[in-house]
Amino acid sequence: MSKRTVQFKIYRYDPDKDEKPYMQDISVELEASDKKLLDALVRLKVKDDSLSFRRSCREGVCGSDAMNINGKNGLACLTEVDSLPQPITLRPLPGLPVVRDLIVDMTQFFKQYHSIKPYLINNDPPPERERLQTPEDREELNGLYECILCACCSTSCPSFWWNPDKFVGPAGLLAAYRFIADTRDQATNDRLDNLEDPYRLFRCHTIMNCVDVCPKSLNPTRAIGKIKDMMLRRAV
Amino acid sequence: MVRRIVVGAHYGFRDWLGQRVTAVVMALYTVFFALNALALPEMSYDAWRGMFGGGFMRFFTFLFFLALFFHAWVGVRDIYMDYIKPVGIRLALHVVTLFLLVGYAGWAAQILWRL
Repeated sequence: MSKRTVQFKIYRYDPDKDEKPYMQDISVELEASDKKLLDALVRLKVKDDSLSFRRSCREGVCGSDAMNINGKNGLACLTEVDSLPQPITLRPLPGLPVVRDLIVDMTQFFKQYHSIKPYLINNDPPPERERLQTPEDREELNGLYECILCACCSTSCPSFWWNPDKFVGPAGLLAAYRFIADTRDQATNDRLDNLEDPYRLFRCHTIMNCVDVCPKSLNPTRAIGKIKDMMLRRAV
Repeated sequence: MVRRIVVGAHYGFRDWLGQRVTAVVMALYTVFFALNALALPEMSYDAWRGMFGGGFMRFFTFLFFLALFFHAWVGVRDIYMDYIKPVGIRLALHVVTLFLLVGYAGWAAQILWRL
Protein backbone atom coordinates (compact mmCIF):
# COMPACT_ATOMS: atom_id res chain seq x y z
CA MET A 1 0.00 0.00 0.00
CA SER A 2 1.36 3.39 -1.00
CA LYS A 3 0.85 6.79 0.58
CA ARG A 4 -2.82 7.71 1.02
CA THR A 5 -4.98 10.20 2.85
CA VAL A 6 -7.53 8.91 5.34
CA GLN A 7 -10.55 10.86 6.62
CA PHE A 8 -11.52 10.72 10.27
CA LYS A 9 -14.43 11.87 12.40
CA ILE A 10 -13.26 11.82 16.01
CA TYR A 11 -15.09 12.37 19.28
CA ARG A 12 -13.34 15.19 21.12
CA TYR A 13 -13.92 16.33 24.66
CA ASP A 14 -11.59 18.11 27.02
CA PRO A 15 -13.54 18.83 30.23
CA ASP A 16 -11.14 21.70 31.07
CA LYS A 17 -11.86 23.54 27.81
CA ASP A 18 -14.99 22.21 26.13
CA GLU A 19 -18.50 22.80 27.37
CA LYS A 20 -19.68 19.62 25.66
CA PRO A 21 -18.25 16.93 23.38
CA TYR A 22 -18.08 17.47 19.60
CA MET A 23 -17.04 15.48 16.52
CA GLN A 24 -13.86 16.69 14.81
CA ASP A 25 -13.33 16.17 11.07
CA ILE A 26 -9.67 15.58 10.36
CA SER A 27 -7.60 13.82 7.72
CA VAL A 28 -4.09 12.46 7.79
CA GLU A 29 -1.61 11.25 5.22
CA LEU A 30 -0.40 7.72 5.89
CA GLU A 31 2.92 6.21 4.89
CA ALA A 32 3.11 2.86 3.12
CA SER A 33 4.19 1.20 6.37
CA ASP A 34 1.08 2.38 8.27
CA LYS A 35 -1.15 -0.69 8.41
CA LYS A 36 -3.24 -0.47 11.54
CA LEU A 37 -5.67 2.09 12.86
CA LEU A 38 -3.26 2.76 15.73
CA ASP A 39 -0.54 3.76 13.23
CA ALA A 40 -2.98 6.32 11.83
CA LEU A 41 -3.82 7.59 15.31
CA VAL A 42 -0.13 8.06 16.09
CA ARG A 43 0.20 10.10 12.85
CA LEU A 44 -2.88 12.11 13.87
CA LYS A 45 -1.33 12.81 17.25
CA VAL A 46 1.71 14.32 15.48
CA LYS A 47 -0.63 16.57 13.51
CA ASP A 48 -2.82 17.55 16.49
CA ASP A 49 -1.12 16.78 19.79
CA SER A 50 -4.21 17.63 21.84
CA LEU A 51 -5.79 14.32 20.74
CA SER A 52 -5.77 11.84 23.63
CA PHE A 53 -6.00 8.06 23.52
CA ARG A 54 -4.48 5.15 25.41
CA ARG A 55 -2.05 2.71 23.82
CA SER A 56 0.84 0.64 25.01
CA CYS A 57 1.94 -2.65 23.47
CA ARG A 58 0.52 -1.93 19.97
CA GLU A 59 0.05 -5.67 19.31
CA GLY A 60 -3.26 -6.67 20.91
CA VAL A 61 -1.89 -7.88 24.22
CA CYS A 62 -2.32 -5.00 26.67
CA GLY A 63 -5.89 -4.04 25.75
CA SER A 64 -5.28 -0.30 26.19
CA ASP A 65 -6.47 1.06 22.85
CA ALA A 66 -10.03 -0.27 22.88
CA MET A 67 -12.41 2.21 21.27
CA ASN A 68 -15.60 2.41 19.27
CA ILE A 69 -14.55 2.17 15.61
CA ASN A 70 -17.27 2.95 13.05
CA GLY A 71 -19.87 1.95 15.65
CA LYS A 72 -18.23 -1.30 16.76
CA ASN A 73 -15.87 -1.77 19.69
CA GLY A 74 -12.39 -3.01 18.85
CA LEU A 75 -8.67 -2.54 19.36
CA ALA A 76 -7.07 0.15 17.20
CA CYS A 77 -3.83 -1.88 17.04
CA LEU A 78 -5.55 -4.96 15.56
CA THR A 79 -7.82 -3.15 13.08
CA GLU A 80 -6.58 -2.77 9.50
CA VAL A 81 -7.02 0.88 8.64
CA ASP A 82 -7.70 0.09 4.97
CA SER A 83 -10.54 -2.26 5.87
CA LEU A 84 -12.59 0.61 7.32
CA PRO A 85 -15.09 2.70 5.34
CA GLN A 86 -14.27 6.43 5.51
CA PRO A 87 -14.67 8.76 7.25
CA ILE A 88 -13.52 6.50 10.07
CA THR A 89 -15.66 7.44 13.06
CA LEU A 90 -13.92 7.03 16.40
CA ARG A 91 -15.66 7.34 19.74
CA PRO A 92 -14.70 6.32 23.27
CA LEU A 93 -16.04 2.99 24.56
CA PRO A 94 -19.79 3.46 25.17
CA GLY A 95 -21.32 3.49 28.63
CA LEU A 96 -18.27 4.54 30.64
CA PRO A 97 -17.52 8.10 31.81
CA VAL A 98 -15.21 9.96 29.41
CA VAL A 99 -12.01 11.31 30.94
CA ARG A 100 -10.89 13.03 27.75
CA ASP A 101 -11.33 12.35 24.00
CA LEU A 102 -11.03 8.57 23.52
CA ILE A 103 -10.01 7.86 27.13
CA VAL A 104 -12.66 6.43 29.45
CA ASP A 105 -12.75 5.88 33.20
CA MET A 106 -12.57 2.09 33.64
CA THR A 107 -13.14 2.10 37.43
CA GLN A 108 -16.59 0.51 37.22
CA PHE A 109 -15.34 -2.15 34.83
CA PHE A 110 -12.48 -3.19 37.12
CA LYS A 111 -14.70 -3.03 40.20
CA GLN A 112 -16.89 -5.70 38.64
CA TYR A 113 -13.83 -7.72 37.63
CA HIS A 114 -12.49 -7.64 41.19
CA SER A 115 -15.88 -8.59 42.63
CA ILE A 116 -15.56 -12.13 41.24
CA LYS A 117 -12.22 -12.66 43.06
CA PRO A 118 -10.05 -13.20 39.99
CA TYR A 119 -7.41 -15.33 41.68
CA LEU A 120 -6.99 -18.97 42.67
CA ILE A 121 -8.43 -19.79 46.09
CA ASN A 122 -6.82 -22.92 47.53
CA ASN A 123 -6.26 -23.34 51.25
CA ASP A 124 -3.99 -26.40 51.00
CA PRO A 125 -0.30 -25.69 51.58
CA PRO A 126 1.38 -25.22 48.20
CA PRO A 127 3.27 -28.31 47.00
CA GLU A 128 7.00 -28.11 46.45
CA ARG A 129 6.77 -27.47 42.71
CA GLU A 130 3.26 -26.61 41.46
CA ARG A 131 -0.41 -27.55 41.71
CA LEU A 132 -0.95 -30.08 38.95
CA GLN A 133 -3.86 -30.54 36.57
CA THR A 134 -4.61 -33.24 34.01
CA PRO A 135 -4.31 -32.09 30.38
CA GLU A 136 -8.11 -32.48 30.05
CA ASP A 137 -8.76 -30.23 33.05
CA ARG A 138 -6.29 -27.69 31.70
CA GLU A 139 -8.06 -27.83 28.33
CA GLU A 140 -11.20 -26.34 29.91
CA LEU A 141 -9.34 -23.09 30.67
CA ASN A 142 -8.61 -22.45 26.99
CA GLY A 143 -10.73 -19.62 25.67
CA LEU A 144 -11.01 -18.19 29.21
CA TYR A 145 -7.55 -17.17 30.42
CA GLU A 146 -6.68 -15.26 27.22
CA CYS A 147 -8.89 -12.27 28.12
CA ILE A 148 -6.88 -9.01 28.10
CA LEU A 149 -9.53 -6.91 29.92
CA CYS A 150 -9.83 -4.36 27.13
CA ALA A 151 -13.53 -3.88 28.03
CA CYS A 152 -14.70 -4.10 24.39
CA CYS A 153 -17.27 -6.73 25.41
CA SER A 154 -18.71 -5.23 28.59
CA THR A 155 -19.07 -1.78 27.03
CA SER A 156 -20.96 -3.23 24.05
CA CYS A 157 -23.43 -5.04 26.33
CA PRO A 158 -26.81 -3.27 26.81
CA SER A 159 -27.29 -5.05 30.14
CA PHE A 160 -23.99 -3.54 31.30
CA TRP A 161 -25.04 -0.08 30.03
CA TRP A 162 -28.24 -0.20 32.12
CA ASN A 163 -26.69 -1.68 35.27
CA PRO A 164 -22.89 -1.21 35.28
CA ASP A 165 -22.93 -1.01 39.08
CA LYS A 166 -24.76 -4.32 39.55
CA PHE A 167 -24.24 -6.56 36.51
CA VAL A 168 -20.78 -8.16 36.47
CA GLY A 169 -20.64 -7.94 32.67
CA PRO A 170 -19.25 -10.38 30.09
CA ALA A 171 -15.55 -9.79 30.88
CA GLY A 172 -16.06 -10.35 34.61
CA LEU A 173 -18.24 -13.40 34.06
CA LEU A 174 -15.73 -14.94 31.64
CA ALA A 175 -13.08 -14.51 34.35
CA ALA A 176 -15.51 -15.90 36.95
CA TYR A 177 -15.97 -19.08 34.92
CA ARG A 178 -12.19 -19.29 34.40
CA PHE A 179 -11.86 -19.83 38.19
CA ILE A 180 -15.07 -21.85 38.61
CA ALA A 181 -13.75 -24.26 35.95
CA ASP A 182 -10.26 -24.46 37.45
CA THR A 183 -9.84 -27.84 39.21
CA ARG A 184 -7.16 -26.33 41.49
CA ASP A 185 -9.65 -23.83 42.93
CA GLN A 186 -11.53 -24.77 46.12
CA ALA A 187 -14.10 -21.97 46.27
CA THR A 188 -16.45 -23.19 43.51
CA ASN A 189 -19.50 -23.15 45.77
CA ASP A 190 -18.82 -19.65 47.10
CA ARG A 191 -18.18 -18.41 43.59
CA LEU A 192 -21.54 -19.81 42.39
CA ASP A 193 -23.26 -18.32 45.47
CA ASN A 194 -21.68 -14.98 44.66
CA LEU A 195 -23.21 -15.00 41.18
CA GLU A 196 -26.64 -16.42 42.12
CA ASP A 197 -28.31 -13.05 41.78
CA PRO A 198 -30.85 -11.43 39.46
CA TYR A 199 -28.37 -8.66 38.66
CA ARG A 200 -24.86 -10.06 38.90
CA LEU A 201 -25.34 -13.00 36.52
CA PHE A 202 -28.94 -13.11 35.33
CA ARG A 203 -28.94 -9.68 33.65
CA CYS A 204 -27.31 -11.52 30.74
CA HIS A 205 -30.02 -12.05 28.13
CA THR A 206 -27.67 -13.67 25.57
CA ILE A 207 -27.63 -10.63 23.30
CA MET A 208 -24.11 -11.79 22.31
CA ASN A 209 -22.66 -8.38 21.43
CA CYS A 210 -19.72 -9.50 23.58
CA VAL A 211 -18.96 -12.42 21.27
CA ASP A 212 -19.34 -10.16 18.23
CA VAL A 213 -16.73 -7.62 19.36
CA CYS A 214 -14.12 -9.63 21.32
CA PRO A 215 -10.76 -8.87 19.65
CA LYS A 216 -9.37 -12.13 21.02
CA SER A 217 -12.31 -14.15 19.59
CA LEU A 218 -13.39 -15.34 23.04
CA ASN A 219 -16.96 -16.34 23.86
CA PRO A 220 -18.25 -14.87 27.15
CA THR A 221 -21.81 -16.00 26.34
CA ARG A 222 -20.68 -19.63 26.30
CA ALA A 223 -18.88 -19.16 29.63
CA ILE A 224 -22.02 -17.59 31.14
CA GLY A 225 -24.04 -20.56 29.84
CA LYS A 226 -21.60 -22.93 31.55
CA ILE A 227 -21.97 -21.06 34.85
CA LYS A 228 -25.75 -21.54 34.57
CA ASP A 229 -25.16 -25.22 33.74
CA MET A 230 -23.14 -25.63 36.92
CA MET A 231 -25.86 -23.93 38.95
CA LEU A 232 -28.35 -26.37 37.43
CA ARG A 233 -26.17 -29.37 38.26
CA ARG A 234 -25.80 -28.05 41.80
CA ALA A 235 -29.54 -27.51 42.25
CA VAL A 236 -31.10 -30.69 40.84
CA MET B 1 -30.29 5.83 54.72
CA VAL B 2 -26.76 5.35 53.40
CA ARG B 3 -26.59 5.56 49.62
CA ARG B 4 -24.60 2.45 48.90
CA ILE B 5 -25.01 0.01 46.04
CA VAL B 6 -26.45 -3.18 47.45
CA VAL B 7 -26.40 -6.28 45.33
CA GLY B 8 -26.49 -10.02 46.09
CA ALA B 9 -30.14 -10.98 46.58
CA HIS B 10 -29.20 -14.65 46.05
CA TYR B 11 -32.09 -15.60 43.84
CA GLY B 12 -32.50 -15.68 40.11
CA PHE B 13 -31.49 -19.20 39.15
CA ARG B 14 -34.96 -20.65 39.77
CA ASP B 15 -36.60 -17.84 37.80
CA TRP B 16 -34.18 -18.29 34.94
CA LEU B 17 -34.77 -22.05 34.88
CA GLY B 18 -38.53 -21.55 35.30
CA GLN B 19 -38.59 -19.25 32.30
CA ARG B 20 -36.93 -21.95 30.17
CA VAL B 21 -39.22 -24.72 31.40
CA THR B 22 -42.38 -22.64 30.88
CA ALA B 23 -41.16 -21.79 27.36
CA VAL B 24 -41.01 -25.53 26.58
CA VAL B 25 -44.53 -26.04 28.00
CA MET B 26 -45.86 -23.19 25.85
CA ALA B 27 -44.12 -24.54 22.73
CA LEU B 28 -45.61 -28.02 23.30
CA TYR B 29 -49.05 -26.55 23.89
CA THR B 30 -48.84 -24.47 20.70
CA VAL B 31 -48.22 -27.61 18.63
CA PHE B 32 -50.93 -29.56 20.50
CA PHE B 33 -53.42 -26.72 20.10
CA ALA B 34 -52.68 -26.24 16.39
CA LEU B 35 -53.10 -29.96 15.65
CA ASN B 36 -56.40 -30.06 17.54
CA ALA B 37 -57.73 -26.91 15.89
CA LEU B 38 -56.76 -28.13 12.40
CA ALA B 39 -58.43 -31.49 13.08
CA LEU B 40 -61.80 -29.84 13.76
CA PRO B 41 -64.42 -30.94 11.22
CA GLU B 42 -65.71 -27.38 10.88
CA MET B 43 -64.88 -23.94 12.28
CA SER B 44 -68.02 -23.30 14.27
CA TYR B 45 -68.74 -22.18 17.80
CA ASP B 46 -69.98 -25.64 18.79
CA ALA B 47 -66.89 -27.41 17.42
CA TRP B 48 -64.63 -24.84 19.12
CA ARG B 49 -66.48 -25.27 22.39
CA GLY B 50 -66.37 -29.03 22.07
CA MET B 51 -62.59 -28.93 21.61
CA PHE B 52 -62.13 -27.08 24.92
CA GLY B 53 -64.73 -29.26 26.64
CA GLY B 54 -62.34 -32.26 26.88
CA GLY B 55 -60.72 -32.77 30.27
CA PHE B 56 -57.14 -33.01 29.00
CA MET B 57 -57.53 -29.98 26.71
CA ARG B 58 -58.88 -27.97 29.61
CA PHE B 59 -56.03 -29.04 31.89
CA PHE B 60 -53.33 -28.40 29.26
CA THR B 61 -54.83 -25.00 28.33
CA PHE B 62 -54.85 -23.95 31.96
CA LEU B 63 -51.28 -25.20 32.34
CA PHE B 64 -50.35 -23.12 29.29
CA PHE B 65 -51.83 -20.01 30.90
CA LEU B 66 -49.99 -20.62 34.16
CA ALA B 67 -46.75 -21.10 32.19
CA LEU B 68 -47.45 -17.91 30.24
CA PHE B 69 -48.09 -15.87 33.38
CA PHE B 70 -44.97 -17.11 35.15
CA HIS B 71 -42.92 -16.51 32.01
CA ALA B 72 -44.37 -13.02 31.68
CA TRP B 73 -43.71 -12.28 35.36
CA VAL B 74 -39.98 -12.97 35.03
CA GLY B 75 -39.76 -11.07 31.75
CA VAL B 76 -41.69 -8.03 32.91
CA ARG B 77 -39.76 -7.93 36.18
CA ASP B 78 -36.53 -7.92 34.16
CA ILE B 79 -37.77 -4.89 32.22
CA TYR B 80 -38.67 -3.08 35.45
CA MET B 81 -35.21 -3.88 36.85
CA ASP B 82 -33.53 -2.39 33.79
CA TYR B 83 -35.60 0.73 33.30
CA ILE B 84 -37.40 1.69 36.53
CA LYS B 85 -34.77 2.96 38.95
CA PRO B 86 -36.73 4.40 41.94
CA VAL B 87 -37.23 1.46 44.33
CA GLY B 88 -40.70 2.55 45.52
CA ILE B 89 -42.14 2.83 42.01
CA ARG B 90 -40.55 -0.46 41.04
CA LEU B 91 -41.99 -2.27 44.05
CA ALA B 92 -45.43 -0.82 43.32
CA LEU B 93 -45.19 -2.01 39.70
CA HIS B 94 -44.12 -5.47 40.88
CA VAL B 95 -47.15 -5.70 43.16
CA VAL B 96 -49.58 -4.46 40.48
CA THR B 97 -48.14 -6.90 37.92
CA LEU B 98 -48.32 -9.83 40.34
CA PHE B 99 -51.94 -9.13 41.26
CA LEU B 100 -52.84 -8.70 37.59
CA LEU B 101 -51.23 -12.02 36.63
CA VAL B 102 -52.82 -13.91 39.53
CA GLY B 103 -56.14 -12.33 38.59
CA TYR B 104 -55.69 -13.37 34.97
CA ALA B 105 -54.99 -16.93 36.08
CA GLY B 106 -58.25 -16.99 38.06
CA TRP B 107 -60.08 -15.48 35.14
CA ALA B 108 -58.63 -18.07 32.72
CA ALA B 109 -59.78 -20.89 35.05
CA GLN B 110 -63.24 -19.36 35.27
CA ILE B 111 -63.57 -19.13 31.48
CA LEU B 112 -62.26 -22.65 30.86
CA TRP B 113 -64.46 -24.38 33.43
CA ARG B 114 -67.53 -22.38 32.51
CA LEU B 115 -67.61 -24.00 29.07
